[in-house]
Amino acid sequence: MTAAVRMLRETTKSDTAQPIVEVRHISKRYGSSVEALRDINLTFPTGQLTSLLGPSGCGKTTLLKIIAGLLEPTGGEVVVKGKTVTGPGPERAFVFQDFALMPWASVLRNAAFGLELQGIDKKKREETARHYINQVGLSGFENRYPHELSGGMRQRVGLARALAVNADVLLLDEPFSAVDEQNRRKFQEDLLRLREVERKTLIFVTHSIEEAVYLSDRIVLLSPRPGRVSEIIEPHVDRSGPPDLIRRNPAYLDTVEEIWHGLRDYAD
Amino acid sequence: MVLFCLAWEVAGRIPINVAFPPFSDVVAAFGRMVADGSLPSAFLITLQPLVIGLVVATVIGIVMGVGMGLRDELEWAGVPVFVVMQAAPMAALIPLITYVYGIGLTAKVLAVVILALPVIALNGYKAVRNVSPSLRAMCRSFLGNRRQEIFKIVLPDASPMIFAGLRLGISAGFVGVVLAELLITPTGIGDLITYHRSIADYAEMYAVIATIILFSAVTVGLLERVEIALFRPEKKEHSA
Ligand SMILES: Nc1ncnc2c1ncn2[C@@H]1O[C@H](COP(=O)(O)OP(=O)(O)OP(=O)(O)O)[C@@H](O)[C@H]1O
Ligand SMILES: [Mg+2]
Repeated sequence: MTAAVRMLRETTKSDTAQPIVEVRHISKRYGSSVEALRDINLTFPTGQLTSLLGPSGCGKTTLLKIIAGLLEPTGGEVVVKGKTVTGPGPERAFVFQDFALMPWASVLRNAAFGLELQGIDKKKREETARHYINQVGLSGFENRYPHELSGGMRQRVGLARALAVNADVLLLDEPFSAVDEQNRRKFQEDLLRLREVERKTLIFVTHSIEEAVYLSDRIVLLSPRPGRVSEIIEPHVDRSGPPDLIRRNPAYLDTVEEIWHGLRDYAD
Repeated sequence: MVLFCLAWEVAGRIPINVAFPPFSDVVAAFGRMVADGSLPSAFLITLQPLVIGLVVATVIGIVMGVGMGLRDELEWAGVPVFVVMQAAPMAALIPLITYVYGIGLTAKVLAVVILALPVIALNGYKAVRNVSPSLRAMCRSFLGNRRQEIFKIVLPDASPMIFAGLRLGISAGFVGVVLAELLITPTGIGDLITYHRSIADYAEMYAVIATIILFSAVTVGLLERVEIALFRPEKKEHSA
């Protein structure tokens, strides 16, 4: 039964697996001394969740910001939906590690901010924002301010803001690193559910192996500085059961172990 | 506050010095001067260069400060000038201003401006430099243009520090106008202080001084309300 489900998942996956984001020969230097990334080549299939996993300082954030168009690469190019990236674009939305919420704006205004910048009228954008605030489980908090919310709730606002602009690709930079363990698990489950509903392509930076295995279709392992792709792993974890069961699933545990061994050489 | 007034009353009655009247006398003197209209009319005269000077200093200071924060070439050209202006004893320049601009309104406005401007401009500059880089990146990543980035992110995020500069600037402006009135030509509040000192009406003199200090404090307090109302709605419930 499980095998059948897995096979079904894989066939549907390969049907939709044209890359939406391609990273070609990307390299990045900061100044003349720091080489953050060296010749990164990756493709991100449509509709999948890909994690970028690697030790601290290996260039995960740098790569994500280059994909977002927030940083210029030193060499190479990023292609999104067939077009070379020259800056931020409407088909990509970023979720920030430190939330990046405006402290002077309510949850509603923060969630609607992407639409506000596009010049969409207040009534319409607030309607959309309310929908996504509800989707991320924050209804009732529309008129609160960020300082009144917990870390987990703040990141939900960040996620609602990214969902509201209806981008195809969500770029998430360690979205749960400032969130406590309990909320983190809840949030991870919500993210999996949202991914099914919203049909987005997600690129997810993390340095938690468990998180990567639990959430991802593909895991890209980066080596320490200068960051290079050292391995790509497809966990094939069956996520149809309840969350606790998934976390005890042998495929899940084996993959965590396998990555652990791969990364252990880099530990300092 | 009450303690302060009591202490003043006691100190005045001892008396420490003939030139130091008790609090009650000062209050009485205040009443007399309001009644005969000399205090209100002096205030009106003083307010004129003060308000003009503060408006000029605020506009130039914020524009220059924000400009220096946003653009490297303005930073390079402007910041050293304001740092020197702030460090130098600008009050010493007031006689020089008289020499160039005479003793009229222009000179007094200028006195207010040179005292208030540096702190307003430098605070504006630092405020913009301290704006969260991650909020600016957020604005860009959600396709905000340069104008939106400045008006929707930079200015609101910088506003607490800009307003802190304004409060300091207003206090400095009060100093500037009173100094100008004492040093250039005795008019308004400065005239009232000089006059009552010359005829040894110390109660009156202190009443004038206390009033201008109080007035300055109230203005600064009001400014804080304005700031919260305009830019920081999230602080409303705390101050209410
Ligand atoms: N603006 C910068 N100037 C110089 N060096 C930088 C800059 N930003 C990052 N670096 C360096 O580039 C390398 C990669 O940084 P990056 O932030 O991408 O790593 P990361 O994988 O996201 O790390 P972490 O897990 O700690 O978030 C690091 O060694 C960092 O010190
Ligand atoms: Mg990082």
